[in-house]
Amino acid sequence: MKIIVAGAGKMGATLARQLSAEGYDLTLIDSSLKTLEESQERYDVMVVQGNCASMEVLEQAGVREANLLIAMAGADEINLLSCMTAYGMNPNIHTIARIRNPEYTEQIYKMRNMFALSLSVNPEKQAAVEIERLLKYPGFLKRDTFAKGRVEIVELRVDGSSKLCNVALNDMNSIVKCKILVCAVLRNGTAVAPDGNFILREGDRIFVTAPSDNLTILLRNLGIVTHKVKRVLICGGGRVSFYLAKQLQRSSISVQIIERDQRRCIQLAENLPATCIIEGDASSEFLLESEGIGECDALVTATGLDELNMIISLYGASCGVPQVITKLSRMGNTNILDALSLGSMISPKELCCNTIVRYVRAMKEQTGAALTVHSIADGQAEAIEFLVDDTTLHCGEALRHLKLKKNVLVVCITKGSQTEIPNGDSFFEKGDTVIIVTNGDKVIYQLNDIFEP
Amino acid sequence: MNYKMIGRFIGRILLVEGIFMLPALLISVCGQEWIAVKGFCLGIIITLLAAVLLLVLSKGYKKKFYAKEGLVCVGISWIVMSLLGCLPFYFSGAIPHFIDALFEMVSGFTTTGATILADVESLPRGILYWRSFSHWLGGMGVLVFLLAISSANEGNSGFTMHLLRAESPGPNVGKLVPQMKKTAGLLYGMYILLTLLNIVFLLIGKMPFFDAICTAFGTAGTGGFGVRNDSIMSYSPYLQNVCTVFMLLFGVNFGCYYWLIMRQFRSLFKDEELRLYLGVVVGSVALIAWNLKGFYGTMGETLRHAAFQVASIVTTTGFSTADFDLWPSFSKTILLLLMIIGACAGSTGGGFKCGRILLMFKSLRRSVQKVVHPQKVQVVRVNGHMVDEKILQNTNAYLAAYVIIVMASFLIISLDNFSLMTNFSAVLACFNNIGPGLEAVGPVCNFSMFSCLSKLILIVDMLAGRLEIFPILIFFSRTTWKHR
Repeated sequence: MKIIVAGAGKMGATLARQLSAEGYDLTLIDSSLKTLEESQERYDVMVVQGNCASMEVLEQAGVREANLLIAMAGADEINLLSCMTAYGMNPNIHTIARIRNPEYTEQIYKMRNMFALSLSVNPEKQAAVEIERLLKYPGFLKRDTFAKGRVEIVELRVDGSSKLCNVALNDMNSIVKCKILVCAVLRNGTAVAPDGNFILREGDRIFVTAPSDNLTILLRNLGIVTHKVKRVLICGGGRVSFYLAKQLQRSSISVQIIERDQRRCIQLAENLPATCIIEGDASSEFLLESEGIGECDALVTATGLDELNMIISLYGASCGVPQVITKLSRMGNTNILDALSLGSMISPKELCCNTIVRYVRAMKEQTGAALTVHSIADGQAEAIEFLVDDTTLHCGEALRHLKLKKNVLVVCITKGSQTEIPNGDSFFEKGDTVIIVTNGDKVIYQLNDIFEP
Repeated sequence: MNYKMIGRFIGRILLVEGIFMLPALLISVCGQEWIAVKGFCLGIIITLLAAVLLLVLSKGYKKKFYAKEGLVCVGISWIVMSLLGCLPFYFSGAIPHFIDALFEMVSGFTTTGATILADVESLPRGILYWRSFSHWLGGMGVLVFLLAISSANEGNSGFTMHLLRAESPGPNVGKLVPQMKKTAGLLYGMYILLTLLNIVFLLIGKMPFFDAICTAFGTAGTGGFGVRNDSIMSYSPYLQNVCTVFMLLFGVNFGCYYWLIMRQFRSLFKDEELRLYLGVVVGSVALIAWNLKGFYGTMGETLRHAAFQVASIVTTTGFSTADFDLWPSFSKTILLLLMIIGACAGSTGGGFKCGRILLMFKSLRRSVQKVVHPQKVQVVRVNGHMVDEKILQNTNAYLAAYVIIVMASFLIISLDNFSLMTNFSAVLACFNNIGPGLEAVGPVCNFSMFSCLSKLILIVDMLAGRLEIFPILIFFSRTTWKHR
């Protein structure tokens, strides 16, 4: 499949790395020759220099034979223009554009046919949605839903004081008193697929599959006290903060935003009537104290600088804020970041890239394709949900008799509205959905790929 | 420096080399040439053992591979490949001196075609096959071959670009399609197709099967090793003309053939380098044919020999149908200059490359205009696209390196006390990967009379010429070996 990525910035480069590794023919367009040369040296791509919205450049990049155009250039307008031009030159092409400006959200949705957009992505909005979910059900570092919200894979950190510290996985069920499955453990930066005898240590990050109903039981039995979040303090008044505050306005959560720029404060005050906007420097401990950081239930740091976000989060954690969420533009080496207590780390770019990669994979295979895909354990493992249909092999056979590939784990089988954490005797039938977790190098495109040939 | 990864590449190259020696062994067994069989067996065993040793030692390699590793890898692998590849020659007694055997092997892989053998026809057939096959493998490149057959996982890393750039000739090497593995596969696909076509046409002309294969290998890689002592002289006029056409075909940029497949005819017709190449060929043939008036009986024969020699020298193949050392001065000078010009970039030919000549002239024209009109800002254009200043700077640097190497080699070779034209044409013939030169290294002579030192210098020249200087030159720089 031929893919053109317009704009080789941070997101364009991440996409290039991931998509070229999955074997697609990738062409990058960018206006800077230097960026392109760097990309060509690192990833297996072809590069074209020029303006991605211009017909000539698109022609040179092979838009007439391409299957997908992903527009990630600097400005929303250029992205839209590129998509429209590409569609004009090749009516069969799918297009994805990144549109960040909140002023355009409504027209993008209503007029998507005219703009010829197959999918529009908004990293900041996605980040805001993700943060809101974390705020609604605090206690977990990260949550991914499957089976239409009935099953979740959540990320937990094992602290020294946790009940799970130094406990073997076999014994875990008796402590948490509900059926869960640990599908991956991130230890020292490497993802491990654990067996029953695996002992959890302090500092491990575990990824647990459980039906959504069991999550509250899980939290209670683990002794993780969950405050219902009533007060949120957001540092930084950028796009993420704007989207988040707008969403939180609808629930009964009181929101405070601290922003440095006066003009931006006025803009925010105009558009967010129910939010308390404070003009000031969020890094000032005096300001944070005076605004009551000690009494708030959650702190979200979303300024433009990653380093500032990290410092404020550390301060917030030291003040005893129950839930801290940090926005990072560059994830980098999460091993180091993990040692600091930054709480949950949200990266808008990664969320966006995951969405796009999911779309690309769905494009590739029309049948037997994954219903949902989430990357967990810092991208080292993937949780994929499949529908069992006519083409699936080994229906009705007990799991203990099946030969699965290395590094593949079946973590959940959903029959109708019943979700089941499987053991050796479980089996799946046509019409069920199956969630598997894999941390191998090979991508699993179809359910039949998990079986050893 | 990532030695383990380099070691892994060299190990795989030696594996490929060892496997490719097997057909030669088979030919010797069928021909009952037992000394050659002994030579090949020893050669294959040692090569495969070395390959396995390197692959074992390089376990646990990290995938950190940058421009420096790419250049060093190409340089070392060609040297090691030649050292082990010449073992069959040495052990079979066909070429008793090791330096001579190394010279012959390097001449094979670098597609030079200069030989130290006085009597080619007395050699065992297996040896002759291996000589010619090394032209075929070295022509398109052994690392490109490796990239084409590598697994998708390996091939899809960006660093393979460094390997392609280091081994493929030309000022601006690029991919044909986004994936490196597919690009390498396409190149070799077209290469194999053309070689087969060549063999077919030669067989139609009733050339013996073995001769056809070896000649086709020599033409494809633009090498020049023949299986007869008089090169292509004694074959029929039809066969000579077939060779002329195919030599010219292999001197064209393989990217042009890709355009042909993709039906982008306009790009093909407008390609400036292709036009320069064809213009040079047609012009030289015309001038030499005019200069040779009366030398041969008919105009047809004169044209045939002029065309053959021009094609052979400009594509740096090195086959000959006439002893051009006997030709008048004007013709000999044209041929000497053609040696320097060389074939198109992105082909299997050697020399300075038409693409670079084009860039140099355009750059020179701009410099002259700038002297006259200093304020004017001008951009060098090729095929309608602007050429980046970095490429122009590299071309100038290449010219400087080229001249220095020719001068240094010329100086050292002269210690053997042969004539000036012998020395100069010997250096040009080896550095541009042609094969035959003039006077004592002319088309009917060989290189055996040079001393060991000269042969070593010429070996370095041949490698530097094929790999386009810098992979060999960096071995002499301290920065390469220092920790970054």
